[in-house]
Amino acid sequence: MQQLIPPFDWHRIFVQPWTTDFSITIWVVLMGFFVTAACGLVGNYLLLRRMALIGDAISHSILPGLVLAFMIFKHNSTWVMFLGAFSAGLLTVAIIEFIHRQSRIKPDAAICIAFTVLFALGVALMSSLESQGTIHIDAECVLYGEIAFIPLEPPTVWNGMEIGPPSAVRMGIVLVVVALAIAVFYKELLVTAFDGGLAKSLGMRTSVWHYALMGALAIVVVSAFEAVGAILAVAMLIVPPMFAAQLSSILPVRLGLTVLHAGLSAVLGLHLSVWLNCSGAGAMVVAAAFLFVLAWLGTMAGSIRNRSLAVDRCSRDENLPQVRSL
Amino acid sequence: MRRLLLPLLLFGCVFLVPEVAHAVRISELTDSTMMDRAVRFFTFRDASLRNALIGSMLLGICCGLMGTFLVVRKLALMGDALSHAVLPGVALGFLWNMAKDPLAIFIGATIAGLLGAGTIQLIRNTTRHKEDAALGFVLASFFGVGICLFTMIQNVPGGNKSGLDKFMFGQAASLGRGDVWLLAVIAVLAVGTVAIFYKEYTITSFDAGFARSLGMPVQIFHYSLMLLLAFAIVSSLQAVGVVLVSAMLVIPAAAAFMLTDRLGIMLLLAAIFGLCSGAVGAFFSFVGRNLPTGPFMVLAAAAVFAIALFFGPRHGIVSRWWRQRSRSARVQRENTLKAIYHVLEGNEFRSEHVSLRELAERRRETLEDVQRQLTAVRRTGFVTLFSDAVTFTPSGWQRACEIVRNHRLWELYLTNAAHIAADHVHEDAEKIEHILGEDAVRQLEKRLNYARRDPHGKLIPGIEDISLGSIPQPADRATGFGPAPH
Repeated sequence: MQQLIPPFDWHRIFVQPWTTDFSITIWVVLMGFFVTAACGLVGNYLLLRRMALIGDAISHSILPGLVLAFMIFKHNSTWVMFLGAFSAGLLTVAIIEFIHRQSRIKPDAAICIAFTVLFALGVALMSSLESQGTIHIDAECVLYGEIAFIPLEPPTVWNGMEIGPPSAVRMGIVLVVVALAIAVFYKELLVTAFDGGLAKSLGMRTSVWHYALMGALAIVVVSAFEAVGAILAVAMLIVPPMFAAQLSSILPVRLGLTVLHAGLSAVLGLHLSVWLNCSGAGAMVVAAAFLFVLAWLGTMAGSIRNRSLAVDRCSRDENLPQVRSL
Repeated sequence: MRRLLLPLLLFGCVFLVPEVAHAVRISELTDSTMMDRAVRFFTFRDASLRNALIGSMLLGICCGLMGTFLVVRKLALMGDALSHAVLPGVALGFLWNMAKDPLAIFIGATIAGLLGAGTIQLIRNTTRHKEDAALGFVLASFFGVGICLFTMIQNVPGGNKSGLDKFMFGQAASLGRGDVWLLAVIAVLAVGTVAIFYKEYTITSFDAGFARSLGMPVQIFHYSLMLLLAFAIVSSLQAVGVVLVSAMLVIPAAAAFMLTDRLGIMLLLAAIFGLCSGAVGAFFSFVGRNLPTGPFMVLAAAAVFAIALFFGPRHGIVSRWWRQRSRSARVQRENTLKAIYHVLEGNEFRSEHVSLRELAERRRETLEDVQRQLTAVRRTGFVTLFSDAVTFTPSGWQRACEIVRNHRLWELYLTNAAHIAADHVHEDAEKIEHILGEDAVRQLEKRLNYARRDPHGKLIPGIEDISLGSIPQPADRATGFGPAPH
């Protein structure tokens, strides 16, 4: 046990990352924040549409897309990988719709079948490539990524200026694009998420917005994939919006809380991973889940207090006539 | 059913597997070393190989049985969530004495799984989050904790850590003797529980309200199922991997769901499919030099599912499409017969023949279209076609009478019994005329007092007309169609 949990050392855990290791820490935290915020913003709309697990499905099924794109184009430039993963994501949604519409299989089973089969295909292809010795993809890296390697990438240079690690820069751009898209299409996204019938009567194309959201989801998940892996991308899609929904029922507030939650869980996660010497992305998920549990307990305590106050008031009101009669 | 289930499963174990194995053997294996490996596979010489194969088949049975209940209870993603949620339990079980002890891992993982199921229930009961969010939260956060623990274990010196990474994607070859015994116990437990409480599980799965009204402890049955599910997931983890256990739960059951409407048969089929996919997965994993087993099992199961999805006799996509096509062809034929009848009726049955031209005018279609339709009808032997003239055969006359009778009876019924205006009933009758059965027609006739005329004043063909065998002659007074007797 002693070896498993290192002793708690304030200086090593909280001071050192921000002084001596600043250049590494800042990019890990920024990447974590970008991923969590971008996923969380999209996730808010998934949560409203009760499609939280579609994100789960897409994030698993982009694996065969990546492998096939590599097999076809024979090199792993970002755009090729992105194209493969994106089309695999849309294919998943299409397969789910096909199975669900064309047969008696229920949508939940359809989701489960679609993504597990695609994921199995991806792992099978990958391991056969590996046994031929052509490439080596770390299979576990697909599942939980490695955020600690981000600062080690050779930095992107733009106009002679070093900006930062390319994946962090890319994720930052994705976050900005997602935030802008939500700001521009706020009304459409709001109406289609809450009331499809109203949206149709206002002349909006609901299926177009559905697929636009799926496309945005695929983009976010694909770019988050290499940093946090498939399953932690799912966590980032679901946990921040749940945190926000626990605290507020007003959508703009929820979006703001999501971003706040993203920042907090990135910083907390970093410190946790420094302390326990464990996977950075995993620690960020644990921090995010911890924050949700805090919010959950807080609202539960609040509702219990409100209820007891209300009970008090009621009993007082009931006693009033008796008091008067005395 | 309950008495049938157990022996049939055993029968499947003993006889079905060599069948499958043989089918794989005769498939082409060009590589000689692969051939050697395949031969080695089927001689069952290696103890580790025997463990892997038996373990894979047993887990196929467990997962198939439990998955059936997940699919019919619409809990498919519960399997996914629980299989991810057991990961921290696996890590803690390993930490218990820093070794891959099957029992410790089993206990730890089961506790984690039940904790996950409890958390899902708690989130659903105390927050406004829906089922999907609760499942996603448990899946992701438990998995996050699990990953942290795993990466921490990697940093701890000492201990036998080999084989721990197999929990992600599964490797049947890493199954030890203890693991197989554990799987066997779970399989017997699952089969036994399902067989003994078959009726109770059926009722609680399909109609919880009814079960409650009978005084059954619905919650207990739900949680006992969740416990069995956790057992099945945990014992299968090592061979299939965390991510793909849910596939082994859902896919064989979904394939069985496409093939049958009866729960007992579905359970049996799902267990058989799971068993076969397990065996095929173990085979490919062994032949291909220790490839991960899980993906190949899932792909084998997916192949079965795809076949069931497209070619299932009742619910398959292709068979349904085929049925729809033949039904619409029949409707088309019957409409042509009806049109011929109408033309004959318009002529007051003076001639036995109808010309193509009259028919085309009646249906407002081109001569070529009518020609094509008539060729289709002639193939069924309902009409004969001489150059330009169409004549009913006796069976054709009968069928045409029946269709017209169905149509007019239904129109009359709608106006009389449902009080729908006479000019609104045609559309509905156009549809129903093709599906009314003889019994329904008898009932309608009786209710309508054997009426002779429909709301538009046209005669409804009766049993005498149909039994006439050919279109009415002037002498046939009985029909009412011939010229009036006076």
